[in-house]
Amino acid sequence: MADVSLRKVVKRYDDVEAVRGIDLDIADHEFVVLVGPSGCGKSTTLRMIAGLEDITDGDITIGGDVVNDVPPKDRDIAMVFQNYALYPHMTVAENMSFGLRLKHYPKAEIKSRVAEAARMLDITDLVDRKPKQLSGGQRQRVAMGRAIVRNPKVFLFDEPLSNLDAKLRVQMRIEIKKVHQKVRTTTVYVTHDQVEAMTLADRVVVMNKGKIEQIGTPNELYHKPATRFVAGFIGSPAMNFVPCRLEDAGGKLNVRVTDRFAFPVPSARVARYQSVPRSEKLLLGIRPEHLTEANGHAAPGVESFETVLDVTEPMGMETLVYFTLEGTQVCGRVNPSAGARDGAPLRLAVDLNNMHLLNEETGAVL
Amino acid sequence: MSTLAIDKAGPTRKVKLGSISRDRVWALRWSYFFLTLFAVFSLVPPIYMLITSLKSSAEISAATDPWWVYHPTLENYIALLTSNQFLRFFWNSAWVAIIVVTVTMLISVPAAFALARMKFWGSATLATGVFLTYLIPDSLLFLPLFKMFAKFSDWTGIELINHWYALVLVYPTLTVPFCTWIMIGYFASIPKELDEAALIDGASWFQTLTRIFIPVALPGLIAATIFAFTVSWAQFLYPLVFTTSTDQLVLPVGIITTLVKGDVFNWGQIMTGALLGAAPPLLIYAFLMDYYIAGLTAGATKG
Repeated sequence: MADVSLRKVVKRYDDVEAVRGIDLDIADHEFVVLVGPSGCGKSTTLRMIAGLEDITDGDITIGGDVVNDVPPKDRDIAMVFQNYALYPHMTVAENMSFGLRLKHYPKAEIKSRVAEAARMLDITDLVDRKPKQLSGGQRQRVAMGRAIVRNPKVFLFDEPLSNLDAKLRVQMRIEIKKVHQKVRTTTVYVTHDQVEAMTLADRVVVMNKGKIEQIGTPNELYHKPATRFVAGFIGSPAMNFVPCRLEDAGGKLNVRVTDRFAFPVPSARVARYQSVPRSEKLLLGIRPEHLTEANGHAAPGVESFETVLDVTEPMGMETLVYFTLEGTQVCGRVNPSAGARDGAPLRLAVDLNNMHLLNEETGAVL
Repeated sequence: MSTLAIDKAGPTRKVKLGSISRDRVWALRWSYFFLTLFAVFSLVPPIYMLITSLKSSAEISAATDPWWVYHPTLENYIALLTSNQFLRFFWNSAWVAIIVVTVTMLISVPAAFALARMKFWGSATLATGVFLTYLIPDSLLFLPLFKMFAKFSDWTGIELINHWYALVLVYPTLTVPFCTWIMIGYFASIPKELDEAALIDGASWFQTLTRIFIPVALPGLIAATIFAFTVSWAQFLYPLVFTTSTDQLVLPVGIITTLVKGDVFNWGQIMTGALLGAAPPLLIYAFLMDYYIAGLTAGATKG
């Protein structure tokens, strides 16, 4: 077990800079998820930690040792691939024990380690089968088993659930979390799925265009995003962004969205936004869950307004409603019993206690 | 209104619809027709050889039905199988083929692995170059090769010409490029993650080749082996050029040079010898056919 550090790590392919000088510290036992859209450099970062890609510049340390030039086999890491990468001609047990056999472990120990991992992953009955006789979920378990038996310093997961169907993905997600709770090995996990990132991670690293946008616990990222990218990437449906500006109105501070709509900034937030120039172009960030049906009771920071819905999406436990505000499509989440219908008017309440103001130009959250 | 207009403009006659099942029946009929034609075309010569090999010289030269054996005899088979000379040809062929196959695989498998997986400067160009060398016909190569062997003999005193082992040096020029090409295609179809997983598991390049790539690419390996065997077993031009003494000859050349005396053709024994010579490749194909086809198609589409 070990900590992992990245110092100003750069990866350049010819003239394309895939990773642009990232710094990251991963503590021992920690489960860190790298998340971002495709091409953001997350997989490249993982492969550099694994030693499958050379680093162009910077330092990577595992357990305090700089491993920039250390081949993968000497880094004491194990990796789980998206397409499982099981050896097709070997049985499950042979797949899992391949690394140990190469290192000439005693037979008895190999056997007990494989049995232990198989028990942990509930694949004891499958150890004599070949990969092609297994389902996708079972293959993924074997791939994890192959990582576990090695008892490495670091686990690396490269989009391990992307090839599974939605239901199995949820199940395996829980499985991975359970395994981590048992073995407590430092884990770096790459995914493009923000739900996976939020549910698995101790800390999430949001990457975009080769840079780290923000590092934080899932809750921090959700409630205190640092940039527009993070605010829009984390959470589903995504946060709404509506063009707005600040204005003073009789000693109070208002967020003016349209000529028709202006909401008073909750008193707790006034100090934070007071210094923002009134002429600056801003974005009002509101998550759909803070845009619900008005219940008639006044609450501090909650403002209600009337709108006509464009489209409604009944989800069962909630209904997503879409309407247009200042030319921008906005999504809200209302109770299924609120009577939301396509094309019908509805009174909505916006909870400004959870509002975000962003600089439209820089994307920074104020 | 508009629907009414469309109804009026609709077809007044019933359009004749196609039928998938009728199309399929015709496709099948044509397939069987051409396949039968092809089978007859390719099977007639060996059958004729078999018929002739069972006839005595007298019956062959007699004006009887050439497609029927009236007095079947095994005398041609007995004559060849008890002839030391014919057995000599057979063993020479076998030795040459076994050594050539071994040498070819020992060269082309690691070469293909390097060209397919170890990305080094010029590896792609080199891979194409390997294939291009295969395109040079042997009829163009035998003269320079002969010259090289003669020079080699002048310099070192080691005589290669008129020794069967000269063929062991020459045949790989035909087999190595093609086998390397087949194996490159096959290795390229193995997912990249498989060698990365092996690398992380602690395997060296050599272990990745021997413990992952060779077992996974076994069908391709078998296809390449069969190809190398077939080429060295059936090669005619090189042994004709490089060997002359009867104790150094291989089967294809041996049959022609010893059983055709002047303008006298010993047809019965020629046919028997050719049939016996075709037996080893036939047996190998029969057992490994499925692998051979799988290997060739993989090489064809992924190369």
